[in-house]
Amino acid sequence: MILFAARRLFQALIVMLVVSFLAFTMFRFVGDPINQMVGIETSLEDRAALRESLGLNDPMPLQFARFVAGALRFDFGTSYQFRQPVADLFAKRIPATLELSLTSALFALVIGVPMGIHAGLKRESALSKLFMSLSLVGISLPTFFIGILLIFLFSVTLQWLPSFGRGDTVQIGSWWTTGFLTVSGLKALILPSITLGLYQMTLIMRLIRAEMMEVIRSDYIKFARARGLPDRIVHFRHALKNTLVPVVTITGLQLGSIVAFATITETVFQWPGMGLLFLHAVQNVDIPIMSAYLMLTALLFVTINFIVDLLYFLIDPRLRVGRP
Amino acid sequence: MAQQPSRNDGVSGAVAAFLDHDLVHAFLRSRITVIAAIFTLVLIGAAFLAPWIAPHDPFDLASISIMDARVPPVWMEYADPRFLIGTDDQGRDLLSGIMYGMRISLIVGFCSVVAAAAIGITLGLIAGYCGGKVDALIMRIADVQLTFPAILIALLIDGVANGIVGGLDREVYAFYILIVAMALSFWVQYARTVRGSTMVEKNKEYVQAARVIGLPAPVIMVRHILPNVMGPVLVIATINLALAIVTESSLSFLGVGMPPTQPSLGTLIAIGNDFLYSGEWWIAIFPGLALALLVLNVNLLGDWLRDALNPKLRG
Repeated sequence: MILFAARRLFQALIVMLVVSFLAFTMFRFVGDPINQMVGIETSLEDRAALRESLGLNDPMPLQFARFVAGALRFDFGTSYQFRQPVADLFAKRIPATLELSLTSALFALVIGVPMGIHAGLKRESALSKLFMSLSLVGISLPTFFIGILLIFLFSVTLQWLPSFGRGDTVQIGSWWTTGFLTVSGLKALILPSITLGLYQMTLIMRLIRAEMMEVIRSDYIKFARARGLPDRIVHFRHALKNTLVPVVTITGLQLGSIVAFATITETVFQWPGMGLLFLHAVQNVDIPIMSAYLMLTALLFVTINFIVDLLYFLIDPRLRVGRP
Repeated sequence: MAQQPSRNDGVSGAVAAFLDHDLVHAFLRSRITVIAAIFTLVLIGAAFLAPWIAPHDPFDLASISIMDARVPPVWMEYADPRFLIGTDDQGRDLLSGIMYGMRISLIVGFCSVVAAAAIGITLGLIAGYCGGKVDALIMRIADVQLTFPAILIALLIDGVANGIVGGLDREVYAFYILIVAMALSFWVQYARTVRGSTMVEKNKEYVQAARVIGLPAPVIMVRHILPNVMGPVLVIATINLALAIVTESSLSFLGVGMPPTQPSLGTLIAIGNDFLYSGEWWIAIFPGLALALLVLNVNLLGDWLRDALNPKLRG
């Protein structure tokens, strides 16, 4: 177990090192950092002095080491557009993205799991067929178009829900802002989280359905039935429990892509999160924000992968025996 | 995928053999697949015949007039019978715009799938055939990349490329940047699949025989192994075509894909999104529906192809 964890941790560190090298290369070689920082009337001597003082003439390995050391202290330099430290910009926006991502993951699980169970157990029922057709449509509709349709229906036509922003937020602690505590905050959360969660929901539904169909055919379910256990217990205590291993893995891994897909949802709904910040950075070639976003999401993905690996190990006892 | 034995009775024999193939029978049995195939063909036909069958030419500046801007579809008030489903903000016929836009979406999607497959197949063949350190290096890169969603990678590459190209050249290079960005985001799946099949194939007798008669490794890889690992690649390519079209339209919607001068479906939706609140819903909704219809049908075909070629699912 410890050996397994240590090996995974080592791999995670390698990945982070590779990603930070990429981020550094971007940071250093795409565009000239000096040109972005100074005005057009700055003299060549001043530029050279600035270059020297920022250490841009040092050998590359030293610069890379300095970059990594900075990143470890969450120092990602200064944004070209906003003239503010990148870390501060992200800190302000992380709560918005995390609240949106968690709400939509919850939405996907709460709706997707029961749909999947039903579709897996009663394959031929009309409801299951409806679910499957809906899931195909859900996979085929691009995220941003789902958002546009929802806005058109609920904001423009019916005028029930807001179409942009987070509504009123409440400050908790020194930097966390939450939309969970106000009515307008919760209302603003509904459409974006449905938009973001719909794809994950169909994915979870299809996965649970496939796993259920597999498990229900296995011997131990037949034995449980033969023992005369009621369907409810067979389905939920025996079958569902054994479908959960892949579901935990996929949901965990999907949490990462939810954060990534939030970029699109945040653009549609003008949600003031990290994704919107990143997108504006891509449009305006604001390299410090781009490389910081790359590093932060990499850290997130690596952490999630690591935790999921460990969870997998804990949930499935078969992995624990007979493995070197 | 079952290889048909080669026959000597000419083209008609080959056609007859093809029509008798399992795949054709399975295809005709699945009604929804036939419908999806017809829809796909109609959409592709409409897209590629656009210069001849579209009611207007949206790129012909002489024929468009700003006076016709934002005309609603014909069944609504203030409509103009010349424009079946209305016009966009510059007075271009929306139906024609969608046909031309779909053409761009399809071309970008197709090119990026081909480019991604080419990269993936090459690296997969090399990794599977050579093994050892080369294999380890290529597959580690693939592993690292697989932890990120493809669209994020495409966004990053797009951003970096725009930083390098910069300024006005962006519009000229947008098409190529988009394809490179998407190819570099989607190659991993092909590489993994091809590597797996190559590792199986390279130990078979025909490869050993080729090696014994002294053929160089590249020839063995391309002439002998490649044809035998293409089956799964075609399935992945079909499924990824839908994904590529969605990714392209998402990137264009986000403003980093095709520019408004060469609008794809995603660009059209992005333009229309600005007019959603002022009641001109058709500018965004119709291109979106066209996109959804295209992706849905390609997805249906891909799903069917995957199931039909998977021997485990054959009853």
